Amino acid sequence: MKPASFKYILARTLDDALAAKTEHGDEARFLAGGQSLVPTMNFRLAQPAILIDINPIAALSGVRDGASIRIGALTRYRMLEADPLIAARQPILREALPHIAHPQIRNRGTLGGNLAHADPASEMPAIMLALGARMRLQSAANDRWVDANDFFVSAMETALRPDEMLTEIDIPDSPPGTGTCFMEVARRQGDFAQAGVAAIVTLGADGKCGGVRLAFCGVAERPFHADAAAQSLIGGDGSDDSFRQAAELAMAALNPPGSTHASAGYQRHLAGVLARRALTTAHARATTEVRRDH
Amino acid sequence: MTTERHAISVTVNGVRHDKTVEARMLLSDFIRHELLLSGTHVGCEHGVCGACTIWFDGFPARSCLMFAVQADGHDIATVEGLADNDKLSPLQQAMHEAHGLQCGYCTPGILMTMSHFLASNPAPDEQAVREALSGNLCRCTGYQHIVDAVLLAAERMRG
Ligand SMILES: Cc1cc2nc3c(=O)[nH]c(=O)nc-3n(C[C@H](O)[C@H](O)[C@H](O)COP(=O)(O)OP(=O)(O)OC[C@H]3O[C@@H](n4cnc5c(N)ncnc54)[C@H](O)[C@@H]3O)c2cc1C
Ligand code: FES
Ligand code: FES
Repeated sequence: MKPASFKYILARTLDDALAAKTEHGDEARFLAGGQSLVPTMNFRLAQPAILIDINPIAALSGVRDGASIRIGALTRYRMLEADPLIAARQPILREALPHIAHPQIRNRGTLGGNLAHADPASEMPAIMLALGARMRLQSAANDRWVDANDFFVSAMETALRPDEMLTEIDIPDSPPGTGTCFMEVARRQGDFAQAGVAAIVTLGADGKCGGVRLAFCGVAERPFHADAAAQSLIGGDGSDDSFRQAAELAMAALNPPGSTHASAGYQRHLAGVLARRALTTAHARATTEVRRDH
Repeated sequence: MTTERHAISVTVNGVRHDKTVEARMLLSDFIRHELLLSGTHVGCEHGVCGACTIWFDGFPARSCLMFAVQADGHDIATVEGLADNDKLSPLQQAMHEAHGLQCGYCTPGILMTMSHFLASNPAPDEQAVREALSGNLCRCTGYQHIVDAVLLAAERMRG
């Protein structure tokens, strides 16, 4: 099918884009990579009256170094995959990116578009939740930061107001002694995950688990952090048993939606298996990190 | 609804085209219906099948997920640009010899995807080729002969 007619506004600067969004509100959508928006328009599931094309805004693109890593919302997956800073400081992003769709999609799709779209099966929202990232939401009148946990509201629903744009993502550096791991199961390479998990383990000076994060995609209406499971590991030595118990706590907390290809029970099972494996790998990587530091 | 038209200037396979388009015209339809380059195929129009894959500023992209108006000032390559007059590209030649196509519907997209892949991966193994192919659906071949063709082309291009 073909998209319905719309008015096209080419925004050359952030100010232009924000002014247009303030004027048109919910009537208008930003066009970033278009890899989620255009399919829905082609099927007329979405018929926005106005598209504000933000692709020319160079200031919205790129990875910036500092005490934390700042990623411009318009940074394409391809750029993130190739970025040395991301590989060195946030290897979990590097590990997860190849799971997103295919190279042709990753050449266009943007991190900001992905997060604003808030597909519950998507990898990046779960990783942002695990990493404790913050989102910068700007409008012509306002400029605020929102924690990932408050940004993702429900399926395809975020804290973004009608006049706001997600402009930047801030990812804090992990403390020394941190290991991370992302894993997922999908039917084919590049498909959306039936279940996916981001695990982050930080070892304290005593070699015990000092911090644990465990976030899932594909198994709830928004990215889901398994609080009790993560908490259960704190102060432990990362034994197989402790990871098995944590995985069970996570499974108990989940109420997956199920789909044509994966029943709710199967999704819960996958989540448990992946949690145990990802925690084990993250812990092993944290141990290597600690050795390297000494 | 508005039927506003936008003047665009697009370079396709090295040739500049100046046209006016409605905002909602997909880049795939522009290439096929306005430029009459019907080598770029359209299957699903939602990014899944890969038949419409072109290069946008040197990188493979789905032309069904872009609007023609977005191509203003940009550089596009389509399957028509692969051969050097009558001389097929190494990958085209290998697809021909290894029987990498049957009906041919998927072929232009596969050629555009895999030409780019080979340019940056001169010595891929079979697994890497299969992964690179994952974004292009073929309903006929079962992929084996496409994989063979890509490996053959890689070997020849390494010389
Ligand atoms: C075949 C296929 C397979 C895919 N597989 C996966 C997968 O496995 N995992 C996955 O995560 N994704 C997958 N995707 C989706 C892909 O990752 C999209 O690129 C991404 O979700 C959206 O990013 P975009 O830049 O293309 O956004 P767009 O499509 O341009 O926009 C998406 C939505 O966000 C809004 N928006 C965009 N940018 C901003 C901004 N800066 N501020 C506020 N609102 C904004 C738009 O108005 C729109 O509503 C797949 C897509 C396709 C076509
Ligand atoms: S027609 Fe574009 S991907 Fe199928
Ligand atoms: S040859 Fe027929 S779809 Fe691939």
